Amino acid sequence: MIENYIPPFDATVIKKYKDAGAILVGKTNEDAWGHGSSGENSDYEPARNPYDFTRVPGGSSSGSGAAVASGECLAATGTDTGSSVRLPAAFCNLVGLKPTYGRVSRYGIMAMASSFDTIGHMTHTVYDNAKVLEVTAGRDPYDATSSPLPVPKYTSHLERSVKRMKIGIPKEYFVSGIEAGVSKVTQEALDTFKKMGAIIEEVSLPHTDVAMACYYILVPSEVSSNLARFDGVRFGEKREVFGAEAKRRIMLGAYTLSSGYYDAYYLKAAKVRRLIKQDFEEVLQKVDVIVAPSSPSLPFKMGEKADDPLQMYLSDIFLCPINLAGVPSLNVPCGFVGELPVGLQIIGPHFKEELLYQVGHQFEKETEFYKKRPVL
Amino acid sequence: MNKQNYIPVIGLEIHIELKTKSKMFCQCNADYFGAEPNTHVCPVCLGLPGALPVPNKKAILWMQKIGSALGCELPKHSKFDRKHYSYPDLPKGYQISQYKEPFAINGEVLLVNPYLKGVEKKFHITRVHMEEDTAKLIHEGNSSLIDFNRSGVPLVEVVTEPDFTDATDVKAFLEELQVIVRYLGVSDADMEKGSMRLEPNISVRKPGKTELPNYKVEVKNINSFKFVKAAIDFEVKRQIEILEKGETPKQETRGYDDVHGGTYSQRSKEEAQDYRYFPEPDIPPFNFSNEYIDEVKKSLPELPSTRLNHFVKEYRLKPIDAFILTRDKKTADYFESIATNEHITNAGQTVANVIINKKISTSLSVEAFITEFLKLTKPIETNRALLDTTVSSILTANKKAVTEYKSGKVTVIMFLVGQVMREMKGRADASIVRKALEEKLQV
Repeated sequence: MIENYIPPFDATVIKKYKDAGAILVGKTNEDAWGHGSSGENSDYEPARNPYDFTRVPGGSSSGSGAAVASGECLAATGTDTGSSVRLPAAFCNLVGLKPTYGRVSRYGIMAMASSFDTIGHMTHTVYDNAKVLEVTAGRDPYDATSSPLPVPKYTSHLERSVKRMKIGIPKEYFVSGIEAGVSKVTQEALDTFKKMGAIIEEVSLPHTDVAMACYYILVPSEVSSNLARFDGVRFGEKREVFGAEAKRRIMLGAYTLSSGYYDAYYLKAAKVRRLIKQDFEEVLQKVDVIVAPSSPSLPFKMGEKADDPLQMYLSDIFLCPINLAGVPSLNVPCGFVGELPVGLQIIGPHFKEELLYQVGHQFEKETEFYKKRPVL
Repeated sequence: MNKQNYIPVIGLEIHIELKTKSKMFCQCNADYFGAEPNTHVCPVCLGLPGALPVPNKKAILWMQKIGSALGCELPKHSKFDRKHYSYPDLPKGYQISQYKEPFAINGEVLLVNPYLKGVEKKFHITRVHMEEDTAKLIHEGNSSLIDFNRSGVPLVEVVTEPDFTDATDVKAFLEELQVIVRYLGVSDADMEKGSMRLEPNISVRKPGKTELPNYKVEVKNINSFKFVKAAIDFEVKRQIEILEKGETPKQETRGYDDVHGGTYSQRSKEEAQDYRYFPEPDIPPFNFSNEYIDEVKKSLPELPSTRLNHFVKEYRLKPIDAFILTRDKKTADYFESIATNEHITNAGQTVANVIINKKISTSLSVEAFITEFLKLTKPIETNRALLDTTVSSILTANKKAVTEYKSGKVTVIMFLVGQVMREMKGRADASIVRKALEEKLQV
């Protein structure tokens, strides 16, 4: 659709990288339009997981995950609308941030679902990740939804201990259906936190069961709107060029927004979204952070879910609710099952990325999983 | 066909382009008139991927002023919505507009236009909302070109209730709206230039009926005040003819053809178009404080209808003259600064006459105008002795007129006054001359 389109302007984030002296290596592969969790919806060839070429690197920022994991670059960007930074980070043994909605400017980033999109990045270590956010975060006059809150020096928060810190474990995220290996590694992570002096508490996010339904009404609604500009008039390609997944979401979204269905779908889902946000806000008043697995499964086989959109959607079941709430979440390497990485996400209150970095860095110091690089 | 058997039902949608420096959601120059095509553009108003709208605060304030001037409430909570439709003049595939929570609602306008046979008429405003203008399509031979200079220019839409029953009222309302908007200094509201556009929704019903007809016709392309009445009258007549045949006019959009003077079918609207509105996620909703809303209301100038009444009362003007003077804020201000000048006492109506009849140019400074005005209105000194002899000689020379006067045709006196004035080379006061003539003729 936009293969031959060269943007005449830089995104605010790109400009900030350049101004900070970063060397931009290139663009990476992804599920087209960010629609996917495996990278297999790429309009080119799917990216592969550097830890096992027969498996997916996670999506939608599949290329970014693979590129950092294989050592091609130190950091890579991604738009986390539902999982797109954290899932590749989890599947590729990386630190991946989904910042608070509004923390990083969206200007210049192709919009997927405007009220969900957050501009994050993947790195090997928590320090690198915090350093990058110091560059990308902040108010942008070109993005009306960007926050004017001051940007802390995230790297100066890393060395604080997690002793007596309250870590909430949402019971709805520790249910059957999680692969045994993932479950075991996650339990070991909780033991590590206890050993470090943190207090583990069970908490409840009661609307978790309706989160995916809510997400898959609201996101396609916004997708159908945001992709309307590719109408064949200006970008050189007709709408037929859209892939199956984009077409599916455009149709879903056009349906949920149409008169007669708007109240039953979009409006209802928008109300549910408010409840989900409240769930997180209430829990995060009781505990400092929430910790949960990033994915119920290990990196899956190429082709395993490619023909089953519903199964594909469910690989994000622990990640999408966070975008509905708008809070920040950080995936950190949590260990391995055989040679395959497992990710853990740390979720905090709005605009408290420094807390996530603190917890993530302390965990990383204790475990050093990032040191296990893929054999290429 | 009996026109009396039907009453038109007309509601208006009026678009007004604001003359802010920059566009609604980007910093591009909003003044596109006469500019080279596609020179006032940027990623935002071209709808390029990734570009985001940042609302123009001044445009919102100006829109709220219009709403307030039309007697609307300004809700504390408001937001933008996306209105989807696919057309080449709409680069994003949606227009940023307002659907459920516009910036202004529930207003009314009282027309005190003395041309409306002295009757005051009230028209209800449903809503006033803010949106962005579209690009302009230029059709040349087989190709269609797009000029994005107009894309994203702040556009205010005023929607009225279907209160209008004839084209004259519509025209008067539109003129009042134009005057109000110009008073506020927020738009040129020029129909010929497209900065004010009228789209009436027209249907007709039998007298006594209160429910709305089951169809309506929207008329577009009325590009001048000249055509407002003609377009509506044509459409009303067309619909009555269809109804008289026992049929129902089609629900549709029709264009006005100013060359042939009729309307023609443009687009069928049998099924309402689904715009798939939803809240614009790129712009946070607005929460206005009471203080802000009070400030908006307080910032309004004295509006033309209030000013008209004020001029009638304060300067004892004839309503028609007060109306003429208050049609333009500059003229009204000019009049007022002269009428309130210390050298002018109780001469409001005379000042009004002089301005309206253009006896003294209003391009003069206030001081210069006053000097001229005092010279003009200074009573002429009449030489009494010369007057007496002149009157006598004129009466002698015009025996026929004298006879006519005495036989009852008193209007002939004006002829005699003229003769005396000519003889005295204008150096006499006409009313004194008349009195002298009358005295002599009574004898």
